[in-house]
Amino acid sequence: MKIYLPRDAAARALGADRIATAIRAEAEARGIDITLIRTGTRGMIWLEPLVEVEIDGQRHGFGPMLASDVPALFDDPATHPRALGPVDDLDWMKRQTRLTFARCGVIDPLSLQDYEAHGGLAGLRRAIAMTGQEIVDEVKTSGLRGRGGAGFPTGIKWQTVHDAKAPQKYIVCNADEGDSGTFADRMIMEGDPFTLIEGMAIAGLGVGATRGYVYLRSEYPDAIGAMTGAVEIARAAGILGDDVLGSGRAFDMDIRVGAGAYVCGEETSLLNSLEGKTGVVRAKPPLPALEGFLGRPTVVNNVISLATVPVIFEKGAQHYADFGLGRSRGTVTLQIAGNVKRGGLFETAFGISLDEVVNDLGGGTASGRPVKAAQVGGPLGAYLPVSKFAAPLGYEELDAEGALLGHAGIVIFDDGADMLQMARFAMEFCAVESCGKCTPCRIGAVRGVETIDRIAQGDGAAVGLLTDLCETMKDGSLCALGGFTPFPVMSALTHFPDEFAPAKEAAE
Amino acid sequence: MRQTAAATVPQPALEDSATRILSSLGGLEGPLLPILHALQAEFGFVPQQAVPLIADHLNISRAEVAGVISFYHDFRAAPAGRHVVRVCRAEACQSMGANDLAARLQEKLGIGWGETTPDGAVTLEPVYCLGLCACGPAVQVDGALMGRADIARIEDILSEAAE
Ligand SMILES: Cc1cc2nc3c(=O)[nH]c(=O)nc-3n(C[C@H](O)[C@H](O)[C@H](O)COP(=O)(O)O)c2cc1C
Ligand code: SF4
Ligand code: FES
Repeated sequence: MKIYLPRDAAARALGADRIATAIRAEAEARGIDITLIRTGTRGMIWLEPLVEVEIDGQRHGFGPMLASDVPALFDDPATHPRALGPVDDLDWMKRQTRLTFARCGVIDPLSLQDYEAHGGLAGLRRAIAMTGQEIVDEVKTSGLRGRGGAGFPTGIKWQTVHDAKAPQKYIVCNADEGDSGTFADRMIMEGDPFTLIEGMAIAGLGVGATRGYVYLRSEYPDAIGAMTGAVEIARAAGILGDDVLGSGRAFDMDIRVGAGAYVCGEETSLLNSLEGKTGVVRAKPPLPALEGFLGRPTVVNNVISLATVPVIFEKGAQHYADFGLGRSRGTVTLQIAGNVKRGGLFETAFGISLDEVVNDLGGGTASGRPVKAAQVGGPLGAYLPVSKFAAPLGYEELDAEGALLGHAGIVIFDDGADMLQMARFAMEFCAVESCGKCTPCRIGAVRGVETIDRIAQGDGAAVGLLTDLCETMKDGSLCALGGFTPFPVMSALTHFPDEFAPAKEAAE
Repeated sequence: MRQTAAATVPQPALEDSATRILSSLGGLEGPLLPILHALQAEFGFVPQQAVPLIADHLNISRAEVAGVISFYHDFRAAPAGRHVVRVCRAEACQSMGANDLAARLQEKLGIGWGETTPDGAVTLEPVYCLGLCACGPAVQVDGALMGRADIARIEDILSEAAE
């Protein structure tokens, strides 16, 4: 009997390890021979722990499982109270275009054999037969844009590093994923770590970099474990090292662990941190592409950007580019989070509307109360009221709404959300995490908290002050921490003005 | 960042570890964070006494080493309590009642953020996202993650651990 169960951190946080123990115990008690494969997650977090049992060559899902549901799995699975039917036939799975996440939840994350059997390494093999310039051109054709937030065209960044002349170049993967409401990086690193390694190796061959680092946040111990293990396996198999898959070209990489600073997700702060310095943001220019890690030309890309590279090379750049909307090509790995009935990861072509994501896929709030707002793009992203939910998800499309896609995390709030408190939290977070380099960010955020407190106490005049302060932060900040904190604050103020006028409300 | 006073460890133990860690990690590109993580893994905090040893070995100033230690939230100047409870305070968890959970936990334990109970049993820390945003509120108790956390389950784990 073949049984699959995620080892993903979210599944474990919901009891997957207890289910594994129960499965083993029950199988032993019944004298049934089982193979239990711990996979990544399929991304349907509301169904975790999700057990899959292979029946007639098809994987049938059961979830969310309690330990007490386990014995019945060994009776007639068809009548199991948690039976969901074949996992691939579930609406959530069928409606996706899984390119980056094709293997996640399907394979044993640390089995190279599984990885190759599901298309892994095909991209790298193809890239090995290409010149660096051809590799860079392929990425340009795919239309891939950085998934870390800024949406900068990946191929153009690679071109700059490719063209730079230097004795050493680097590929640095940004796995700092500090945004609330995001977990795509974590999921792929835990569920399909070889795809990130393969993507980094292709990047290395493309730009002529022989060394790479993954800067991985310390809050992700499971991902650190999976990536570290995968790098060792890849090295032993000759995917990493002096002679990548017999190409005669070298690429090797290591995992580095962050130390709990949100700002270290900003690429120049990250490079300072990787060098062993305080994570203070550097002024640009020089671009990291020219003077990055240790002053050398460096590609800094997000996990999802790099993990998408293998499928682009496996299926062809045009195949990837054929998905999407406008200048947002390919797929977006949506993370549906917060107060939502069905939360998780959903990969689809750009262009899906926020309404479809929140109300249809997500099924509305977990609490069953009306949806009030969604924060898109992490702590620096805007709060959008329900009236703006028609917006299609794309870089330019959200920009037009005064919002940003960021790392594509969507956090849903019910009508109990206190928008003034959310605005206050945005300022507080900025104050806590500021690297301290610019006054408008360091001091401004502290003033922001005070000003919002004054508004809460009924000082209506402070609203103007808050608006001015946000302008100052926008204009006078070196990076998006100080520069974009005004987005959540001002969107809360603009779309929910009543909540910033408690004195008036009380008088009425 | 921390209210707790800096702690020390016996000097020979420190020198032993520091020498070992510095010789194995000192040659890395950008070795300082790995070194600090290794020290913290060994002692449960980064002893101030290590600063001059690291500075000498890496040929950087003591001020720079000390600056790095204080910049990052992860590095402790003194050991934590026997158990560390980290509660996610970020937006997705707030939408699922994290503020309420944190307030009740603080009341139960009688401590605020970054503080340790007087008996040294529990340290309470904020964390900004554990990547469990689709199953919040998220809590981490001594490394073990908990989704859809509630106060009863946190107490269960703590009392089990205390046994
Ligand atoms: C405060 C701040 C935090 C950031 N955090 C992250 C992060 O956690 N992960 C990430 O990939 N990019 C983050 N970014 C964006 C990076 O600076 C950079 O644009 C990105 O790593 C580039 O990779 P990409 O082109 O593949 O997106 C952050 C930016 C700022 C200003
Ligand atoms: S905006 Fe804030 S975080 Fe960014 S560089 Fe300035 S002080 Fe540092
Ligand atoms: S916001 Fe709490 S785990 Fe992400």
